[in-house]
Amino acid sequence: MHKSPQQKRLRTAFIATALFTAGAVQAGEVIVDQHNKTFIVEGNKVEAITINVGDTVRFRNDDPFFHNIFSLSDLKTFDLGSFPKGQSKTVTFDKAGMVEVECAIHPEMFMEVTIK
Amino acid sequence: MKTHSILTRMARKTLFIACLGAAAGGVQAAEDYSSFLRPAEIPQPDNNRITTARTELGKMLFFDPRLSGSNWISCGTCHNPTLGWSDGLPTAIGHGMGVLERATPTILNTAYQPLQFWDGRARTLEEQAIGPIKAAGEMNQDMDELIKELSALKGYRDAFEDAYPGEGITENTIAKALATYERTIVSTESPFDRWVKGETHAMSKQAQQGFEVFLGKGRCVLCHSGFNFTDNGFHNLGLKNDDDPGRYGVRKVKILKGAFKTPTLRDVALTAPYMHNGAYKTLEEVVDHYDRGGDSKENLSPNMQPLHLSASEKASLVAFMKALTGEPAPVTLPQLPTE
Repeated sequence: MHKSPQQKRLRTAFIATALFTAGAVQAGEVIVDQHNKTFIVEGNKVEAITINVGDTVRFRNDDPFFHNIFSLSDLKTFDLGSFPKGQSKTVTFDKAGMVEVECAIHPEMFMEVTIK
Repeated sequence: MKTHSILTRMARKTLFIACLGAAAGGVQAAEDYSSFLRPAEIPQPDNNRITTARTELGKMLFFDPRLSGSNWISCGTCHNPTLGWSDGLPTAIGHGMGVLERATPTILNTAYQPLQFWDGRARTLEEQAIGPIKAAGEMNQDMDELIKELSALKGYRDAFEDAYPGEGITENTIAKALATYERTIVSTESPFDRWVKGETHAMSKQAQQGFEVFLGKGRCVLCHSGFNFTDNGFHNLGLKNDDDPGRYGVRKVKILKGAFKTPTLRDVALTAPYMHNGAYKTLEEVVDHYDRGGDSKENLSPNMQPLHLSASEKASLVAFMKALTGEPAPVTLPQLPTE
C-alpha cells in the first residue's frame, strides 16, 4: 500500500549540490511543497522519494491553510507542528531506511522517504 | 490575514465571472464551480464492486435489528434515513439504552471519504461496517452468533449466494454487503447544485451571499472544501467542556488532541444537532461558534479565529447551508427473511 508509481530519484532536486570536501559528500536539501493537499517535488505529485543519508527535506506549505507534517516511524519520529502558507520546516534524515511522512490534519497526504 | 485575503479574492473572482455569465445570457459560468458538483461515479474497491444483489443484501442487513445482540437495534436505528441518515440526538443511544459519547454521523456520501468514523479509525467502509456491530456499547453482537442466526435463514443464504457466490455467510461478506449498500447512499441534487449548473434563481440571493461569505470572510472553505464540503481532515474546533481525545486516539500527534473529522455539509440542515458531541441544536448556533473563533483555546485548530460576521452575513451562511439540502430520495424498506 502507498507504493507510488511516481517514485523517483531526487538528485536533481538538491538545492545544495553535492560538494566533495575532504573526501566526504556534503548533504543536500530537497524541497517538498504541499499544494492542493499533495506532496509536490519539482512540480510533480510524489508519494515516495529517495534521498541520501544526511540529506534535509524542506517541507514548504503552498496551500492557503495549515499543514502539520509528522512521522511516527521508528527510524525518524518528528512533528513539525502546524505552519501556514509560505512557511517551511526542515527535517534531516540521518539514518538509512524508510520513513512514512504524513500530514496530521489531512491524512490523505502520505509520502514514503527512502534514505540510502 | 493573508489567508483571508486570498480566499476573498478567490470568491470575488469566481463570483465576478458568474455575474458576467448571468449578465450575458442569464447563465452562470458553471465551470468555475464544477469542483462543487458530486462526481457521478461512486468510488468502489476492486474486490467489492457494486451490484444489485450486493446492494439489496446490504440493505436487508442494514435494516435488520437481528444484527444486534439484543435483536432490537439495526444500523438504521441510528443511521435513520428519515433523519438525514442520523438520529436527531446529541449523542447516540446504544445497547441497553446506554448513551454514547459521540453523535451519530450521517452516512451520506461516505463512499467518497477516505477514512471512516469521527476519528478516522477505519480505512474502508467494510472495516467501518463491522465496528458498531461488535462494539459492546453499540450493537453488542457476537459475530459467530450472528453468522449462525443468518445462516439459519434460507432467505439470507440465498441472498448471500446471489451477492457473493461461493463465499458463504462470513464476517467478510457481511461487511462487504453493508459497505456496498452504504456506498449507494449519496447526495442528491440541491438548489446549490442547480445554481452551479446555471439556474440563476435556483438558490436565493441570500444563499448566494452566504456562499461568498463561505468562501471568503467566513473561512469555512478552509476545511469544508470540494463537492462534499469536507477536506476529509481533522480539526479541533474548541468546543466547551469536551475532553474527547478524538483523532489523537488514533494518531499521537499533538495537533490531533480533540480533533475530529470534518463532516460533510450535504443535507446538513437535516442532521441536527451538530458537532461530534451534538453541542449545538441549530445551524445558527454553529455559525455563532465559528464567529467566536471557538470557545476552548486549548489545542485549537490554527484555522479557527474570530470572524466578526454581521448578523446579515451569519443569516446568509445559514441560508447557504440550507441550500445544500438535496431532493428527497425516499427509501423503501426491505422485507426481511423470516425463514
